[in-house]
This record gives sequence, C-alpha cells and structure tokens, in this order.
Amino acid sequence: MDTLNVNGLAKSYGSTAVLQGLTFELRPGECYGLLGPNGAGKTTTLRCALGLTAPDAGTIRLAGLPVPERAREARSRVGIVPQMDNLDPDFTAAENLLVYGRYFGLPDRAVHERIPRLLEFAGLGGRAEAKINTLSGGMKRRLTLARALVNDPDILFLDEPTTGLDPQARHLIWERLKQLLAQGKTVLLTTHFMDEAERLCHRLAIMDRGRFIAEGSPREVIAAHIEPEVVEVYGEPGGAPAGPPQGGAAKDMEQAQPANEQHPLPRERGRGDGSLMSAADWAREEAAQFATRVEVTGETAFCYLTESAPLLRHLAGRQGLRYLHRPANLEDVFLKLTGRDLRD
Amino acid sequence: MNAFRPPSPSLRFIPVWRRNFLVWRKLAIPSVLGNLADPMIYMLGLGYGLGALLPEVGGVSYLAFLAAGTVCFSTMNAATFEALYSAFSRMQVQKTWEAILNAPVALDDLVLAELVWAASKASLSGAAILAVVAALGLVSSPLALWALPVVFLAGLAFAALGLIVTALAPSYDFFMYYFTLIVTPMTLISGVFFPVEQLPAAFQALSSLLPLSHAVKLARPLLLGEAPPAAALHIAVLAGYAVTAFWLALGLARRRLLK
Repeated sequence: MDTLNVNGLAKSYGSTAVLQGLTFELRPGECYGLLGPNGAGKTTTLRCALGLTAPDAGTIRLAGLPVPERAREARSRVGIVPQMDNLDPDFTAAENLLVYGRYFGLPDRAVHERIPRLLEFAGLGGRAEAKINTLSGGMKRRLTLARALVNDPDILFLDEPTTGLDPQARHLIWERLKQLLAQGKTVLLTTHFMDEAERLCHRLAIMDRGRFIAEGSPREVIAAHIEPEVVEVYGEPGGAPAGPPQGGAAKDMEQAQPANEQHPLPRERGRGDGSLMSAADWAREEAAQFATRVEVTGETAFCYLTESAPLLRHLAGRQGLRYLHRPANLEDVFLKLTGRDLRD
Repeated sequence: MNAFRPPSPSLRFIPVWRRNFLVWRKLAIPSVLGNLADPMIYMLGLGYGLGALLPEVGGVSYLAFLAAGTVCFSTMNAATFEALYSAFSRMQVQKTWEAILNAPVALDDLVLAELVWAASKASLSGAAILAVVAALGLVSSPLALWALPVVFLAGLAFAALGLIVTALAPSYDFFMYYFTLIVTPMTLISGVFFPVEQLPAAFQALSSLLPLSHAVKLARPLLLGEAPPAAALHIAVLAGYAVTAFWLALGLARRRLLK
C-alpha cells in the first residue's frame, strides 16, 4: 500500500529556510510522529505533503501519486485533522459530515449511511442534530476526527490533535487513534506533547529549524540520545532564593522526598556553615562528580546519568535539597536536542 | 509555480456551491427580505417622491426608468457583499476554505464556487426585485425575462471584482475603501438613477468603461419591452470583466493561501 514518501524536501520563505532537505516515509499501518518546537516546520511539512504548498526542491508521493501535480486526487485517500477546528458553524454535526463527504464526490446516500457509525465512533451518538456551537472543545475535536474519516481514508494526517483538550478528552482521542491503527490505517501525527508521541508513535522524528535531528522508535531515540536516568534536584521551598519550584513536577517531587526531609523548614540546616544552599549552587559545585551531564534551569538542576545510586545516597544526606528520580523520557531528549530557549 | 497561471477548475466546485446554498437556505427568508427591502425603499421613495417632480425621464415615467437601474444596482450590491464579507468570513475567520482545501478540492474549484455562488445569490435578489417591479406593472413584455440572464452575468462580473478585493483584504475594514472609492462612484455615473447623457463628456467616457453601466444598458430596454442596442458589446464587456477579474482574484488567492 502506498502511503507517503518524502525525499529531499526543501522550502524557503524569503531568506528563511523553513525546510532543509527532509527525507522520510510512512510504513503502512504505522503511526509516525513529527515532533518539534513551534516554527520547526511541522505544519509546513504537512502542507507540502498535501500539495497546499509547492516545495522549492524535493519529491513527494502521497498515496502513490506525485504531489503537488496530482494532489487533488491524492487527497481523496487522506483524512485530515487540522490544528485549528474549522467545522462549519452554520451546520449540525450530521450536516458537517454530509457536506464534507460531498467534497470527496461521495453520493449523499453513501454518506448518510456512514454518518451514524462515524458519530458513534466519535462518541457523539445522539448528537447528529446538535449545532456546532453547543459542542465542547473535546466534542468538536472528535467531530473533526469523524469528518476526517468520512471518505474512509487509508492515511490520516493529524496536526496537534489534542492541543487544548482536557485529560479525559485527550485519552479518548488516543483510544480512537489506536483503534484506527488497529484497523490498518497509517497515521502521520504532529505534536509537541512528548507523552502523546511516546504513547502512540511507532516511529518519530524530532525536527528543529527544518531538519530532522533524530529519528527512530521512541525507545531508540531515547537510548541513542540521552542517559537512561534523570534526577531532578530542587531547592527546598523557602530555602532557595527563587522560592518554590514551579509546575506540575511539584506533586511528584513530594512523593519522592526522602523521609528524613519531611520536617518543616525551621529545623533545616543546609550546609555546615548554617546557610541554605540553592539547587543551582549545588549543581555548580557538586553535581559533576555524580552525573554525566547537568543542566540548570532556574532553581532546578537536571542530572542525567547512567548509575544513579551514588547521587541518591548523596542527596539523602543533604538537607535543603529535594529530588525526583525517574527514567529518561522523550521530553528529555527533545529538550536536549532543541534546547530550553523559548520558541515564539 | 506561477500564481497567475490560467485557472483550471473542475466540477468539484459544485459541492462547494451546494455548501453555501445549504447555509443560505437556513436563513433564506430574512436574506431575501433584506436584499429586497433596501432597494425597494430606494426605488419607491425616489420613484414616487422625485418622480412626481419630473415629467418623464428617458421617455418613460421616472419610476419605470428607475426599475432597471434598481435591478442592476441591487444585483451589484448582493454579489459584492457576498464576495466580500461572506467570502472573507469563510476564507479568513471561519477557516471554511482551509477545511475544504484539505478535501480533494483545489483552490481553483473553491474560488469558482464562490464566484458562481455570489452570482447565484445576486440573481435571486435581482429576480425578486424583477418580480416586484412586474407586480407594480412597470414591465411591458415577456422580453423582461431576458433580464434574468443579464442579472446572472452582471452578478458574475461584480462577484469576480469583489473576490479580488477579498483576496487582498487584511480585515473587514478594508472593504470600506472598495465601497467608497469604487462602488458608490460607479453607481452614480452608470445610469442607475439618471441617464448617463446628463453627465459631462469625461464622465460619460468613464461610465462606458464600467460594468454597471453595461448591465443597465442591457436591462433597461429589456424591462421596457425592447431589444437592447449593441447587446453583444455589453455582454462581451460584462463577460470580459467576469473572466479577467476571476483570473486575477484566483491568482491573488493562490498567492495568499498556497504559499
């Protein structure tokens, strides 16, 4: 079965090279992930693959047809979930599917037959007559997925399908994608959620500035690019100059906190000289002897290592520092390869 | 690829046309009333009010003179509004075009669908006015039915011109320039409200280049029961506007959306 073959794809806007020679192909029945920070070229890659943007160089074959020359035909074998919902606000859920099916040249009778099954699949059974503006964000996303299936495509393109969804809605989308993969469909997924990529993708590529900087299965990519274990070290709240560590890691951290550090702040000692030590200072002065690589961002030190026991013993004896020990994941690789600077 | 290469649309424009038609059907009654009320108020207000002061204009009562002008004027307005505001909403705001282009529909099909749809909607509006005009006894013979294809052709020309503006527009505010600088002056010098012959020679020459005056020159004799003189010329000018402006609008849309 023909899926998508991309060879030497390059595209510039003015003097900015957005894509710099991408080569990849989708294997039938796999989920292939394109990962990258904002502006890495993911969406441009999809647009080129669909024939909506003409590349400056390179060849593309979609569903066995040359693109952009025969893109119109090729797209009839593809289903697309765009980054932004663009359902028709004037129509009901069922009308959205009917009208979209017509764009594929499908007779109304055939689409009417499919509509109940598609809505059922999207968890929207009984919502055929619902107006789009009465649907939640998750429902709209699922209806968009159903719309992408109206032509029973062999290949699905999903551009950040779960951005902006709550965890329940995300999990439902993932479940449906797994079902589609089980049916033998080939999926091209762009995302910047690394857990999503690890969960769904058979293979993936990490992109930055229009180039692939890593490619393989999630496990291969992790094994090839990063140490297997990570210890995140934080200053104790109140003990570190910048205050408590931020973000969702705080909860995990508390669970990982060793028993001897669960005492309230006044009993803390910090260094022998009585001053508290920040994670950044600790990383600068002491981390190198335990970890292969240390990255400090704000008041958190990320220690990447192959053998964690010595560091954990050291930290267990330290007051004023808390830590989280975990296996390395795709997000670590992503941050290592694309850097921690913001991309706006 | 050159954005201004010749258009190569396919029959896939039909499902896009049907999409717009389905939306319109849901709001058909207010839409038709809205398209009808405004021009009728102008026509009856000016026709009876101003008409009472005038013995006759162009050999007929002012109201009868105004009828053809109103049909063309409202066709132009309906086509222009659809090609500007509605098409821009679908292209830029609702991202309907983006969704359609992900299906096996090319931009050429899509822009053609918008063109034909705007002309269709304008024809509905023109036909509704024609019906009212006929009901008022202002139509002399069945020859007036030929005004319907004229209205459709004029609708194509004005829709195509409007789509150029839409393809260039950064936001809705941009459309005000088009109305103020082009549509309103064109209306005043195209023989809608008074004969072009009243104008200074320079304006008459300018008027002869404008699509609205060619539409009026076709519609007015037809409503008065006569075959329009030089019909082929007027038809050719309107068709020329439609084809050239469509080509240009498509080129600009390609440059904007397929980059």
